[in-house]
Amino acid sequence: MTTTIDTDKGVAERAMGIGLRGLNWLAGSDLLDRIRIRKGVERALFQGTKQGFRTATVAGRTFKAAQQLGKPARQSRSRSKGLFDLTPDDEQAMFQEAGRAFAAEKIRPAAKAADDERVTPPEILAQATELGVAMLGVPAELGGVMEEGAATAATLIGEALAHGDMGIAYAALAPGAVATAIGLWGSAEQEATYLPSFTGEDVPAAALAMIEPRPLFDPLALKTTARRDGGDWVLDGAKSLVARATQCELFLVAAEAEGVGPALFVVESGTKGLAIEDEPAMGLRPAATGRLILEGARVPATAILGDGARSDYLECVARARIAWSSLAVGTAGAVLDYVIPYVNERQAFGEPISNRQGVAFGVSDIGIEANGMRLATYRAASRADRGDDFAREAAIARRLCAEKGMKIGSDGVQLLGGHGFVKEHPVERWYRDLRSAGVMEGALLV
Amino acid sequence: MINLEIPKKYKPLAIQANQVATEVFRPISRKYDEAEHAYPKELDMLASLIDGMNEGSDLGGAGAAGVRRSSNGSDPGENRNGSNLSTVLGIIELCWGDVGLLLSMPRQGLGNSAIASVATEEQLERYGGRWAAMAITEPEAGSDSAAIRTTAERDGDEYVLDGEKIFVTSGDRADLIVVWATLDRSKGRAAIKSFIVERDNPGLKLDRLEHKLGIRASDTANFILQDCRVPKEALLGDPEVKEKGFAGVMETFDNTRPLVAAMAVGVTRAALEETRRQLASAGVEVDYDTPALSQSAAAARFLEMEADYEAAWLLTLQAAWMADNSKPNSLQASMAKAKAGRTCVDVTLGCVELCGAVGLGESELLEKWARDSKILDIFEGTQQIQLLIVARQLLGKSSAELR
Repeated sequence: MTTTIDTDKGVAERAMGIGLRGLNWLAGSDLLDRIRIRKGVERALFQGTKQGFRTATVAGRTFKAAQQLGKPARQSRSRSKGLFDLTPDDEQAMFQEAGRAFAAEKIRPAAKAADDERVTPPEILAQATELGVAMLGVPAELGGVMEEGAATAATLIGEALAHGDMGIAYAALAPGAVATAIGLWGSAEQEATYLPSFTGEDVPAAALAMIEPRPLFDPLALKTTARRDGGDWVLDGAKSLVARATQCELFLVAAEAEGVGPALFVVESGTKGLAIEDEPAMGLRPAATGRLILEGARVPATAILGDGARSDYLECVARARIAWSSLAVGTAGAVLDYVIPYVNERQAFGEPISNRQGVAFGVSDIGIEANGMRLATYRAASRADRGDDFAREAAIARRLCAEKGMKIGSDGVQLLGGHGFVKEHPVERWYRDLRSAGVMEGALLV
Repeated sequence: MINLEIPKKYKPLAIQANQVATEVFRPISRKYDEAEHAYPKELDMLASLIDGMNEGSDLGGAGAAGVRRSSNGSDPGENRNGSNLSTVLGIIELCWGDVGLLLSMPRQGLGNSAIASVATEEQLERYGGRWAAMAITEPEAGSDSAAIRTTAERDGDEYVLDGEKIFVTSGDRADLIVVWATLDRSKGRAAIKSFIVERDNPGLKLDRLEHKLGIRASDTANFILQDCRVPKEALLGDPEVKEKGFAGVMETFDNTRPLVAAMAVGVTRAALEETRRQLASAGVEVDYDTPALSQSAAAARFLEMEADYEAAWLLTLQAAWMADNSKPNSLQASMAKAKAGRTCVDVTLGCVELCGAVGLGESELLEKWARDSKILDIFEGTQQIQLLIVARQLLGKSSAELR
């Protein structure tokens, strides 16, 4: 396939175009109608895949190297003035605003059905692509829209979309993780082969598959292996909770590589030895999570991402934790925004329940901890953009989002009482999703 | 552009403050914890040094330079890192040294902050450069400061103060006491004013000094005010009785809450750093790449505490940054105070638990920090008061609706 890049335009113009496109279609379009029509088709597709226990991966497109640069292109580090600043710059603010509008007007209204049916409407995925979410991490030379500051922008978008719905955000952002990884650590050839698909309109379903189905999963102690065989790598193992697994055309698989250590491998869906098992989970249901099984999956020597450096892999783990933290921050914000009007309107003992400290303090704690989670996540992301080490900050954001995020999810249900437990209100979904965000590894990147 | 790192321009300030903490505070930290009520004379020289630095430096001690929001003619849209942020940074370092000693710093009292914030030019001239303590709390009025009973009656060119004040930090050592009193109890909070009382005023009698759980280096005085006469010029701010007056007084707390949060952050960091050292000597290193639950329980606990510390620190910086940029920060100031206060208590106590007998024993400062920390979740608005302020703001409720 071919993709076109507006090479005449500068990066900023391209970015602005994308943001405006995003805001423009929100203003008025027949989108809602289209979503209703095509939903049926998608549902039929989904039922088809659900019935077989194990399905093959899709055949997928052929990825061919386009014009190749001599050395891999990379995004620059940010040129911050160095002052403490909590205001996004113009580019980041544009993505944030477009993301918020998209989440409020398109994602939230679709969230319940997407959760029930375990599918994200394709229109929503297409609209997310229009927002540029798949190419945030693509270097500008290769048609990306961000010259710098992409991790923070991705964090702001993740937060914004997850305020609409975490599962849909996961489905929409998953392909971008593959592009970001290739843009950060891929070889010139890998960039030339795969990145052009992510800057066009027909972005492939793709997934960074890291977490495995076992307790105490540690991304540094993978059970999935890559052994050398002749000039090839042969992969064996299982990867959990892969977004839209049955549709993925491209996987980045984390495996313990013989003589290398943990590393990422580019695996195209047409590779022999791949199978998908449906893996429905407590949360993230709109992402139609599946398990990727690798049984003697043979890939060429060049499939290892970049040069397989351990530092790249560690950075990948940390960036994924920031990404999941950003989603937790978004959903925590959704809980806060939802419980405030509820407790103000709900009457008990002759007055709004929010007049009672026992209720009101619960709201305060959600506000305080969500704010702390947000700042810690922003700090980790901005350090990544500056080129500073950020393993500690990512670990801390993850810790806060796993613990306080879950508490917020639980308190959100608690504040609504029995009403929180039933599906008439979204808080039970956020409860399930916030548990998921604290558990996930890999899958998304900033 | 979003950036949550401390700007380079504040590095010298932080290093300077850390040196004071390391070289002056830490060596005498245990001494004045044991010698409660003894005056830490080592601080006199330091205070003079800081007076000098306040002229041209940002090392503002405990924020006594005040929190006036001055416009300096810069572009209002321009991001600013100013005195609120630098003061917070300085306090964090100094309280990493010793919070009780910081509270005992001559001329760095809360009263100085109030004077610097709201005094007229004449009052600044008259009272500037002297050590001022703050007397708000009464036996029957703590968090509910609008309920104070100390009265101020106008008598010719004087006001006559009568009542009882407790928990006055540096009350025995200061030159001046800023006393909150009501002009008319029937008019509620609108009638509450603050008055500058000379420490040697014969109507101001020291009742006793408290013996405390922590911050024992800092003296905490109780006073009886009996026919305590002050000139009418001693009334701080506007003498008119109007509702907004009290709001103005309370607004100064929006600016001092981040400073107390900063104290809590400093103590928390001290405990975490020492505990990290102690754990390392026991063979436990915290790994940021491996998931917390795949590490030892001690490492996982440490990570959890460090995460709370980071949140408290960032919330404090956020509140200060907003003040520097003239953004209303009452909500964030209370969030910072609430989070930092409870984190400081939880973490210092957790560190003692992790370090066992070493944590409990007086050979290290961990047990002291675990005693000092508790007041930080109480003074300048308790945890519960902060939660109340946060809740009212988030829920859009008045103090009549959410009491």
